[in-house]
Amino acid sequence: MKTAQRQFTTISGVPIEPVYGPEQVQELDRSRDLGEPGEFPYTRGIHRDMYRGKLWTMRQFSGFAVPEETNRRYRYLLEQGQTGLSVAFDLPTLMGYDADHALSEGEVGKCGVSICSLEDMETLFQSIPLGDVTVSMTINSPAAVLWAMYLAVAEKQGVAWTRLSGTLQNDILKEYIAQKEYIFPPRPSMRLVTDTIEFGARHTPRFNPISISGYHIREAGSTAVQELAFTLRDGIEYVDWALERGLATDEFAPRLSFFFNAHSDFFEEIAKYRAARKIWAYVMRDRYGARNDRSQMLRFHAQTAGCSLTWQQPYNNVVRTALQAMAAVLGGAQSLHTNSLDEAYALPSEHAVTIALRTQQVLAYETGVTQTPDPLGGSYFLEKLTLETEQAANDYIQRIDGMGGMIKAIEAGFPQREIATASYRYQREVEAEERVIVGVNRFQSDDQPIELLQIGETAARKQSEKLAALKKRRINRRVEQSLDALRRSAEGSENTMPAILDAVRAYATLGEICDALRAVFGTYQETSHL
Amino acid sequence: MPRPIRVLVAKPGLDGHDRGAKVIARALRDAGMEVIYTGLRQTPEMIVNAALQEDVQVIGLSILSGAHNAIVPRVLELLREKDMGDVKLIVGGIVPDEDADALRRQGVAAVFQPGASLDSIVTFIRSAVPA
Repeated sequence: MKTAQRQFTTISGVPIEPVYGPEQVQELDRSRDLGEPGEFPYTRGIHRDMYRGKLWTMRQFSGFAVPEETNRRYRYLLEQGQTGLSVAFDLPTLMGYDADHALSEGEVGKCGVSICSLEDMETLFQSIPLGDVTVSMTINSPAAVLWAMYLAVAEKQGVAWTRLSGTLQNDILKEYIAQKEYIFPPRPSMRLVTDTIEFGARHTPRFNPISISGYHIREAGSTAVQELAFTLRDGIEYVDWALERGLATDEFAPRLSFFFNAHSDFFEEIAKYRAARKIWAYVMRDRYGARNDRSQMLRFHAQTAGCSLTWQQPYNNVVRTALQAMAAVLGGAQSLHTNSLDEAYALPSEHAVTIALRTQQVLAYETGVTQTPDPLGGSYFLEKLTLETEQAANDYIQRIDGMGGMIKAIEAGFPQREIATASYRYQREVEAEERVIVGVNRFQSDDQPIELLQIGETAARKQSEKLAALKKRRINRRVEQSLDALRRSAEGSENTMPAILDAVRAYATLGEICDALRAVFGTYQETSHL
Repeated sequence: MPRPIRVLVAKPGLDGHDRGAKVIARALRDAGMEVIYTGLRQTPEMIVNAALQEDVQVIGLSILSGAHNAIVPRVLELLREKDMGDVKLIVGGIVPDEDADALRRQGVAAVFQPGASLDSIVTFIRSAVPA
């Protein structure tokens, strides 16, 4: 059996010394670099008592087929002790098309739940009181529309917007960089994001209007440093746009939230979360003059790495996920999604998602890692890795500043090329067996088949029938008027949220609303960077 | 010197996850093939037209969203209609075993599932395309 490695590096390629001691961290200054837990620069966590005070939110990303079925899954997860909801939408919804659109064929309800109108959103949250549960929604290009539907459901449930708590992903920049679910060009997209941040600052004080996401950047094949640097530089871009709109930093910055990957390299991930908090605290204090502590605190959700799951020997994925989740907890995550063992194949079965939730519960209640904040702080290795990660991320941030900001960098294809190169290098290392993936390029064996969630083609038919019925039932003149008003609002410079809300309340469909915006903003095609 | 093998790497459907398509495109290029990458959100018609114009011997479709049963048969049908039956169609992505069998029966030359090595894909294309 081979045991000796030729090179010792993190999974991202950062060299690792034979041993770490005080000499590696001579430069470390306790008050400048660490602080205490709950104190600037929050390297050791944003709360003094951390998980002693409150555990992280266990939030499983979930959604499939039609709203009725997803609503049943949500109620099941809440009964099993899950503490927050997280909505996965299907591809047509993410791209702003109704289920009956030609481009939706074959995709309705496959990667998430199909939502075409306020009616679907009402069904999705039937018997789930929105004042009592926090809800995260993974939606980006049409985020303003889906959020308006959510706000309208709250109105119908009689829940004041000020009581709503949750998170809208709404991070369009990482779509151009990594996940590629964009509709409009970057600048009108940024205007919509800024509209939601402004609207949230005025009307929904407990709701995070954006979750600035590195997760998808990492899944696209970036290194840990690239994930961190591009995400924080995206954050800087959103802050600049909100300031340009006339908001004061401390008015909106406390509600900016983040979302990172929890990948397989245990210490590199923990270093990444610690460096993230530190960089953001200094950026907000020194670059933007934020006074409010909460503006300086980086709060984040973590999800274990989908790209690390293997199709071969799927039960090994339970182990991978548990270790990745532990890194997120030791790194001080505020909420966590653990992937299910079958997700290299399909959306998770109820059985698989239950094991994933139980994994979090074992971490929280059996391992003891929750009993003191930042338990690995002070480790020579971890502190050195945190400093190196911070330095490398700051170098990238300065390069992007030098290009004139993230939109310019995206238009030049810079982050896209950096990620593609990193992902190709990693794949080559796997092929050369320089990186071992258990069950894939080493320790192979025959697989036992596992039971998978099946999603048929009935979702498309059911959703199309509901759309047809809705279009007969609603007052179509009111729909037309609201869409005209939305077009005028989009052509001007005012906040589009009130007009989007009116269209949603009139039961204009997602596709109709996005078409109105497409007519004004145009659509985006990327130049492919191989 | 023989003419290099020409491959169209295409990303059909609404999904934007292009990591796999890009890695494959680079690997085929490094293996000496001429690679044309379509970019995102291509319809079957766009893909077959591009294959015709670029005169490729192989089309590689990357599909991760579960839409393969709607997309792949349409591409096969268009290839037959345009008398391009000699173009090899290969599919990579998240395709369950039973769907992979069905796609092969319909005329797909090969289906590569998660974990397939770049080498195995290069080797297959070299063996499938007559020199």
